[in-house]
Parts: sequence; C-alpha cells; structure tokens
Amino acid sequence: MNVKKQFKDGLITNNPVLVQLLGMCSTMAITTTLFNGIGMGISVIVILTCSNIVISLLRKIIPSTIRIACYIVVVAGFVTIVDLLMQAYLPSLSESLGVFIPLIVVNCIILARAEAFASKNGIAASALDGIFQGIGYTLVLIVMCVIREFLGNGTFGGGLLGQEGAGIRILPEGAAATFLVLPVGGFLTLGCLIALMQYLLRKSEEKKGGEDK
Amino acid sequence: MSLTGIVSIALGAILIENFIFSQFLGICPFLGVSRKVDTALGMGLAVTFVMALASVFCWLVNTLLLVPLGLTYMQTVAYILVIAALVQFVEMFLKKSIPSLYQALGIYLPLITTNCAVLGVVLLNTQKNYDFLSSLVYGVTGGIGFLVAIVLFASVRERMDLTSDCPKSFEGFPIALISAGLLALAFMGFSGLKVF
Repeated sequence: MNVKKQFKDGLITNNPVLVQLLGMCSTMAITTTLFNGIGMGISVIVILTCSNIVISLLRKIIPSTIRIACYIVVVAGFVTIVDLLMQAYLPSLSESLGVFIPLIVVNCIILARAEAFASKNGIAASALDGIFQGIGYTLVLIVMCVIREFLGNGTFGGGLLGQEGAGIRILPEGAAATFLVLPVGGFLTLGCLIALMQYLLRKSEEKKGGEDK
Repeated sequence: MSLTGIVSIALGAILIENFIFSQFLGICPFLGVSRKVDTALGMGLAVTFVMALASVFCWLVNTLLLVPLGLTYMQTVAYILVIAALVQFVEMFLKKSIPSLYQALGIYLPLITTNCAVLGVVLLNTQKNYDFLSSLVYGVTGGIGFLVAIVLFASVRERMDLTSDCPKSFEGFPIALISAGLLALAFMGFSGLKVF
C-alpha cells in the first residue's frame, strides 16, 4: 500500500475531474457558490469512501456478471442516507443542491472507482482511495466555485460568509460578468481548467523526459 | 391536463430548460458519444426511448407501490433499479432486432443506466408532482431535447476536427467543453421564450 502515491494520484496526477474526466454534470451544475461546492464535495467524499469500503468487502462475493447492478444498489443506499441526513440537518443546502444529491448515484466517479479500484484492492487501500479521490473532486469544485462566484457575482464565500450568507463583496456591484454563474460559465470554466491541467502535466512530463536524457 | 400545459412542458424541456445546456444532466454521454453524427443520433434516440419508458414505469412504481406503502424514502434506490432493468431490456431488444444499431452504440448502451438525464427526468417528475400524462410528455420531450443537443454538438465537433487549429493544451476535451459552452450560450436565447 502506497499512501503517498495514492494521495498524489487522487489530488493531481489522476484527479477524477481534470484527468479522468468523470463526474462532469455535478461539477458544472452546482459550482455557483462556495457553500454548494463544499457541501457537495463532502457528500461525495463520505459516499465514495463508504461505498468503496463496502464494495471492497464484498468483492469476492459479488458475481462478476451482475457486479454493476450490485455496485449501484450499494451506492444508492449510501446516497439515500446522506440525502435524508441533509434534508434533516441542512435543509437550505439540500434545497440549493436539489436533484443533484440523489443524482450522486449515477455520478461516474463513484462507479468508476468501485470498478477500477475497490473491486481489486483491500479495505484500507479502498477507503484511502475513496478519501483522496473525493478530496480531489472537492478541490476542483472549490476552485470552480471560487472562480465562477468571483467573476460572475463579484463575491467570495457565498452561502457561508458575509451578511445572511450573501458572501463578501470584492468586485463592485454591476462589474461582474453574470454569464459565468449561468450554465455557459460552467462549460467555459471547466474547459479552461482542464486545458490548464493538460498544459501543466505536459510541462512536467517534458521536464522529466529532459532529465532522463 | 390542458393542451397549453403539455405544450409548455414540451417547449420547456426541449428549448428553454434543455437537459444538457441548462440543467447539466447527461453530460458524460454528451461528450463521449458526440464524435460522429450517426452514433450521436442513435444514442439520442436510445436515450429518448429509455427516458420515456423510465418516466412511465417510475411514475407507476411511485404511485402504485412506494406512496401507498409509505416507502418514498426508497425512491432513489427503486428508480435506479427500474432504470437498470429497462436498459437491460432495451439492450436485449436491440441485439435481437436492430443489431447494427446495437453494435454502433457498443459500450454506451449499458452506460445509459448511469446517464444522469434518465434518473434526473424521473426525479424531476416526482419533485414537480407531475401526473401520468405530464410525466410521459416530460420524459419524451426531455429526451428530444437531449437528442437535439447531442446531434447539434456532434455536427460542430465533426466540422471542428477537420478544420480547426487549436492550441495544444486545448486539444480534445477542453475545446469540446468550450464549444459546448458556446452552444449553451446560443440556447440561452430561448430563455426569454414564453408560452402563452
């Protein structure tokens, strides 16, 4: 088990959103305020870790022909738990994330990790994988939220900081480009982020290649 | 259910609140199967079909089983099972009767199960308390909205692959996302559209 490698994989070199290109729907849909991003990120970390643990426990029992259906049921169970807990204790967050909490069931990140990692590795490694991949996803969400909220609304920390959760105003009102908070902004911001990631990965590979020679 | 209501649901699902461009549902297959117009068309049709069936069956399961038994908290689990069964059924049907389409769709056919547009439409039906007819209309037109979006996008991408000269870092996914963003911007024009 290689904790350090798993950590680096989840956060940077094999980041679920920027490199594996999974879980796009939620990444673009809910990243309008910081509160949404953090809430969604934490839910995904919890669900991903729990489902990874359970699937890794069951990996020798589940017959391989119906494994996808089994994974989905396990994931759906955890999603229901998180959904109900959130409705009970954080109703405002539950309302603003709306249909995207139950939709975590079909978030490709969770199924992909179950298939690619948890079904082949031990419990501890799978749990760590869940946590790190979840953190990688959350980091992207937070970056997207901060960019879109700052440029699109001129504030920082909406839903969390400031008066009545309106966020701290940085840009003057009217100076912001509202379209970034709209769906268009989701596509554009994520596109630029992935491009940046590809650029950085290519640069670091070139550097490594140069050292080898 | 009045005709106006149905028309407004339909227009809303296809243009104003398009599943892909304004609700971000079903982005994975949208980006994954949009390299060629023909496969995009096949995928769009298959998704439309599954969405219509799923709306009907999940409505039935919800009204006839979950609500009377007080099991509404099991909605997500029940819906995903219904959808998985439906997709399996569609897969077997296509394999027997239209093998060419079955082969063209390949891996993406079973993946319809995890298409958030399908689960999304069902959950939205429940959330909006639609009756049977409205659910069916929303399912079908939501699927058509997906079809329109994916075919438009595939045409853009086909053209782009041939002619564009894009920066190296933007190759592949990023440029696809940017062009999808521009399409979404175009679809924003519909947001002013009002029915009656």
